[in-house]
Amino acid sequence: MWRRLASRRERNPGRRSPWWRRLIVGFGLLAVAGGAAFFLAWQPAIEPVSTPDRASFQPDQIRKGAALASAGFCSTCHTTDETKPFAGGYPLKTPFGTIYGTNITPDRDTGIGTWSLAAFRRSMREGIDRAGSHLYPAFPYTHFTQLTDGDIEALYAYLMTRDAVRAEAPEPDLPFPYSIRPLLAGWNLLFLRVGPLPAGDSGDPVLERGRYLSEALSHCSACHAPRNALRAERAELHFAGGMAEGWWSPPLDRSSPAPVPWTRETLFNYLHSWDSAHGGAAGPMKPVVAGLGRLPEADVRAIARYVAATMGLPAPDRPAPAEKPTDIAPARADEIHRRGAGIYRGACASCHESGGRVPFTVASLGQHTTLAGPLPDNVIRVILEGVHPPEGEVGAIMPGYAGVLDADQIADLLAYLRVRFTNAPAWPALKDDVRRIGAEEPKG
Amino acid sequence: MLRLTVNGRDHDLDVDPDTPLLYVLRDDLALNGARYGCGLGQCGACTVAVEGRPVLSCVTPVSVLAGRSILTLEGLGTPEQPGTIQRAFVAEQAAQCGYCIPGMIVRAHALLVQNPDPSDAEIRRSLNLNLCRCGTHLRILAAVHRAARETRGAASEDDRS
Repeated sequence: MWRRLASRRERNPGRRSPWWRRLIVGFGLLAVAGGAAFFLAWQPAIEPVSTPDRASFQPDQIRKGAALASAGFCSTCHTTDETKPFAGGYPLKTPFGTIYGTNITPDRDTGIGTWSLAAFRRSMREGIDRAGSHLYPAFPYTHFTQLTDGDIEALYAYLMTRDAVRAEAPEPDLPFPYSIRPLLAGWNLLFLRVGPLPAGDSGDPVLERGRYLSEALSHCSACHAPRNALRAERAELHFAGGMAEGWWSPPLDRSSPAPVPWTRETLFNYLHSWDSAHGGAAGPMKPVVAGLGRLPEADVRAIARYVAATMGLPAPDRPAPAEKPTDIAPARADEIHRRGAGIYRGACASCHESGGRVPFTVASLGQHTTLAGPLPDNVIRVILEGVHPPEGEVGAIMPGYAGVLDADQIADLLAYLRVRFTNAPAWPALKDDVRRIGAEEPKG
Repeated sequence: MLRLTVNGRDHDLDVDPDTPLLYVLRDDLALNGARYGCGLGQCGACTVAVEGRPVLSCVTPVSVLAGRSILTLEGLGTPEQPGTIQRAFVAEQAAQCGYCIPGMIVRAHALLVQNPDPSDAEIRRSLNLNLCRCGTHLRILAAVHRAARETRGAASEDDRS
C-alpha cells in the first residue's frame, strides 16, 4: 500500500505540499486523534445502587439466568473455589501477562453488589465496569455485546441472587503498556462492534437460535478462531480453528480435517455427552460440554444445527481416513513405526482395538479429528494426562502415560498412529513437541 | 533378550516385547501380587511402581521398561516381615475380598514417598483410580493414614538415634 501511495505521489509531483504545511497538518491530526482518544477512553462512572432484593427478581428469570451463565461459561474464569461460586481469582495466562477473574458475586465492596442493571448491561455490551474503567477483552464482551436485553437481565437476576462473597481479585499482572487500561478504547475502536447480532437470512428459526447461542452467549469462536497480534479474533477466519490453553481447537468450518464428516446429530451427541463416531470432549472443551448441559436440549440441538451448517460439506481436498486401517504401508513401516506399533499393541490395543466394544471408545482411532489435525498437541496431552470423567460422573477413563512412556516412546507411538490411522502428512517435530508439553507444570 | 529390574533384582527375559508387564510379572517371574482386574487400565488392581510412580501394569508393554526399576507388592515386605503399609492394612482390617488391595498398597506407597503427610483429600485423589468393589474404602483410607503416621514416626525416631 505504501508503495502504491508513493508511486501516485511521483506521478503528481506538482501537487506535493510544502514540508511545513505537512508538519502542521500532521500535528493537527495528532492533536485531534489525542483529543478523540481521550474522549473515547473516558467513560463516566454509573452511580452505585443498593443491592437489589432477591424478591425483586422473578424465579423464572433467575432460573433462565442460571442456564445462560452455565452456557456462557462464566464460572470458568470467575470461580476458583467450588464452595465460593463466582468469587473470582482464576489466573488467566495471556501472551501479555496474567489477569485474574473478578468477583461477580453481589458483595458490595469486592463484587458487583453496587452495580445497577444499567452498569451490568454496559459491562456486557461495552467492556466498561461500573466505575468507568475498561475491562480486558479476555472477558468476551465482544460476544456478550450481542446478547438480548432480556438475556442480560436474566444473567443480572441470577448473579445478584448468589451468595455475596468478600474476595478481592488480584490486580492484573501485565507489563507496560498493557497495564494502561484506557488504551483499550483504541482496541475497542478496532475490534468491538457494540450491538445485537446482525439478523441472519437463513429463514430457519432453529439455525438462527443456534447462531445466537454460539456467537453471543457461548462464544465458540473465542477459541475456534485464530487471533491477531493484539489478541482479537480474526473476523475473516471465523471458525477456522485456534488454540485454547495449549490445546488445538479444531476448525468449525469447511476446513475441518475430521475424517468422518460431522453432522448435526453427531455434533449434538458430542456437545450433549459423547458421540460413538467421534468420541467425547477433552481438555478445555470438557467444561464447555458441562456448561451446555444446563441449557434446554433444544438449544444444544440448535447449536449443533448451526455449527453443522457452518461446516457444510467437507472440503474436497480433505484427506480421507486410512483406507485399510490395519495395514501399514510397507514403505513407511520403518524402525520408528515398528517401535510405535509395539507400544500401541501393549498399551493401547486392549481398549482401542476392541472395535468400540469397550465403553467410550470409537471403533477406530482414525475417526478422531485430533489425530488428523495439523498439530499433535491434543493427542500428546491425552497420552500424558489420560482422560478422567468429573468426579461422580460417567465418562471415558483412560490412564495417563506420563510416568510410563518417555518422550522418545511417545513420539514413536504418535508417528505410528498418524501413519496407521490417517492419510495426513507426518507431524514434523514430535520429540520436541512431547518434551515441550511434558515439561509444563502439572495442572491442578 | 530383555532385562527388567524388579524389586531390585535383574531378570533377563525372552519375551515378546509387546507383552504387558502384568503377564511377565505373574507368568514368568511368579510375582502374583499385582492382579488382573479389567485388563483395560480402568480398575487399578494391577498397579506397580516404576521409578516411584504408580503405573498400570496391564497396559504397559515391557519394551518401554528396559533399564527402569520396577517395584511390586512383593518388594514392600513378606508375609513373615510385612512392610509398614502392609502392617497398617492388616491393623485396620482394610481388606474384604482383597483383590484390589495390592494395587491400593503400591499406589499408597508411591503417594507416601512423594508426600509423607497427605491430607484426606490428597489420599482420596491419589486412590481415585483404584476401584474397590467390596466397599472397604473408609478402612483403606484409615490404613493409609495409619501408614503415613507410622512412617513419619519411624523417620523421626531415626532422626533421634
